[in-house]
Amino acid sequence: MDAATLSRLQFGATIAFHYVFPPINIGLGVGLVLMEGAYLWTRRPLYQQMTRFWVRIFGLTFAIGVATGIVMEFEFGTNWSAYSRFVGDVFGSALAAEGLFAFFMESGFLGLLLFGWTLVPPAVHFLATVLVCLGAHFSAVWIIVANSWMQTPAGFQLVGEGAARRAETTDFFAAVLNPSTATRLLHTLMGAWQAGACFVLSVGAWYVLRRRHEEFGRAAVGFGLVLGLLAAVGSLVTGDWSARVVAAHQPAKLAAMEGHYPASAPAPLHVVGWIDEAHERVVGLRIPGGLSWLVHGDSTAPVPGLASVPPADRPPVGAVFQSFHLMVLIGLGLIALESVGAWFWWRGTLFERRGLLWLFVLSVLAPQAANQLGWLVAELGRQPWIVYGLMRTADGVSPRVAPAAIVASLVLFGLVYLLLFALFLFLLDQKIRQGPPPLAVEEPHRRA
Amino acid sequence: MTLDPHLVWFLLVGILLAGYAVLDGLDLGVGALHLFVRRDDERRMFLNAIGPVWDGNEVWLVTGGGALFAAFPGVYATVFAGFYLPMMVLLFALIFRAVAIEFRSTQPGVAWRSTWDASFSVASVLASLLFGVAFGNVIWGIPIDAAGEYAGGLLNLLHPYALLTGVTTVALFTMQGAIYLVLKTEGALQARVRAWVNDAIIFFVICYATTTMATLVYVPHMTHAIRGHPILFVPALATMLAIANVPREIHHGRVFRAFLSSSGAVFGLMGLVGIGMFPNLVTATDPARSLTIYNAASSEGTLGTMLVIALIGVPLVLAYTATVYWVFRGKVRLDSASY
Repeated sequence: MDAATLSRLQFGATIAFHYVFPPINIGLGVGLVLMEGAYLWTRRPLYQQMTRFWVRIFGLTFAIGVATGIVMEFEFGTNWSAYSRFVGDVFGSALAAEGLFAFFMESGFLGLLLFGWTLVPPAVHFLATVLVCLGAHFSAVWIIVANSWMQTPAGFQLVGEGAARRAETTDFFAAVLNPSTATRLLHTLMGAWQAGACFVLSVGAWYVLRRRHEEFGRAAVGFGLVLGLLAAVGSLVTGDWSARVVAAHQPAKLAAMEGHYPASAPAPLHVVGWIDEAHERVVGLRIPGGLSWLVHGDSTAPVPGLASVPPADRPPVGAVFQSFHLMVLIGLGLIALESVGAWFWWRGTLFERRGLLWLFVLSVLAPQAANQLGWLVAELGRQPWIVYGLMRTADGVSPRVAPAAIVASLVLFGLVYLLLFALFLFLLDQKIRQGPPPLAVEEPHRRA
Repeated sequence: MTLDPHLVWFLLVGILLAGYAVLDGLDLGVGALHLFVRRDDERRMFLNAIGPVWDGNEVWLVTGGGALFAAFPGVYATVFAGFYLPMMVLLFALIFRAVAIEFRSTQPGVAWRSTWDASFSVASVLASLLFGVAFGNVIWGIPIDAAGEYAGGLLNLLHPYALLTGVTTVALFTMQGAIYLVLKTEGALQARVRAWVNDAIIFFVICYATTTMATLVYVPHMTHAIRGHPILFVPALATMLAIANVPREIHHGRVFRAFLSSSGAVFGLMGLVGIGMFPNLVTATDPARSLTIYNAASSEGTLGTMLVIALIGVPLVLAYTATVYWVFRGKVRLDSASY
């Protein structure tokens, strides 16, 4: 394999593994603010116990997120040096801003969150929780700014020729608030909230099913359902909005998402399907005119298809189509599951429905899968470009790094990340089995 | 007078990296000393001395890397791609350092704890060494091709001067970590750590003197600025005095002042590297291809925008850092939330 393929494999694998953890922290961050806020409001020890339990899990997830995140910060330079020279102005700025505005806030106050229970008053501890949660969100802001600029570049001019060609920022705010930033940020955050919500929901339901820490478990199910429903509806709204922006700015990606080939024709929406790439068609269950209606509000409006894109500029249609449809199905499934859950919760019979509770236990995997699939749609759908329309992925790679060196690092990442994942699951399982800490409120003590 | 944004960013990236060396330097130094205590409660004291702060300290590196990417993408691309395998080893070292701290005290087993203790310590020493080796290489000079990419092999990076700066960095961080541990411990453990401080200082001073001699003899381009502007001998002298002051403060039992002095020495050494390199960021074996603060920089517009961002962000960062160190001031106490 060539360096470009190997670097793509490595970047894809390391970012996918990393992206298991930040969404949990973003979503759990909101959960922690709700739980600790509820404690300060009602002073019920249960809510402090919940906060303390989830803070520990937050700490574990955060540690692996940090350890695998620093890899990302370096990998643009190590594997994509030509890309880094090309986009340093814009992309580097977003990463630097992330460090200054997000990471310092998050990492700094996490120490207080984890170890500060007895050192500061409850209100100050809550403030630290809020700041950690905000920091996690700010981090998403700057990463999405950087990635959205790769999707819909704006506010720049091209200078230089050949290897010295660079995108220079001409309008910082136009680059930051490029056409897809807002929709993609909100959609990503909703996916992250769902990841946190289902995590809380899953553990809570498991305790209820096992008849252990039942009061704790029921409260967790409650918090999970509220946050999850909010995120589910939010995902639907922002997803629709996001697709419209894709339609306006990245027609090839939209065409691949639906496997729409005709150069200009009304486009159907598929529920499920299979791309027959040889005959350039989709076999499956479709709603005629559905995509046209979603994008233009008119089921007969033409949508540009893949035939209007030169073959060399088309994304991998089958992978984008399947990732997109699976993501949507999972999202709709979560809306259904959480709505049914909320209904029985309101009726007061939720905790007798063991089948539903078991689905809650399994639900932790759903947003994780949907988040990964969503990123596959975003990144595979952008191919063959690393910066849409400006630079091809194959041209962004480090020209002098030998394929053998990348194979070596790829193998090492594979082994180390498998080990990390096994340890993460082992420790997570243990923390969940150990259950919440004793129901005693620890008040801050005075310093000697 | 107009401010040259290239110069400002040269200073800012330098300050971020120096901040990293001062703060994460102490974490890495604690790591280097970790295996010298054998009892479990003593090792936990060490881990919890840095427990609440190491994460924030590491962010100085992440932000320094981001700032380098934003301000001098040419340097970021050349150095990171050029030092590909050492960079990967550095990343794995930082990964193992991070998860070792997090995992170590979660299980009671002796084998589990010893494994993570060893991985914490080895990773810390390895990371310090690699930082030093990287600095040694950009000072010494590396082959760079016409497109700005590193044109050498892996073994070009492991020459004696780079290994010397690597070992010096390990010594510097060990000294910094030892002094920090004296601040955070008490009783018999503190008395033992205090004795190590003197050993660490001697180790560092030997490395420092050797590196200075080697630089004067083999890397004369690092001395041009000082020869041309004798006033720049003042920072060199100040750094030397800061180093000499560390054992003096320790002798008088003023540990915090010793820590400040040692931190000042780290800043001074970074400053001297900066003075010697300016306006280069990476020395090339063919001087015409050296990466400078001009030919490797982003556009002036971006440097200006980023300066505004830094002026908003850096005070916040200093406030967070000060708050966290203030809340966790004093001796380490182990409780149910500790590592």
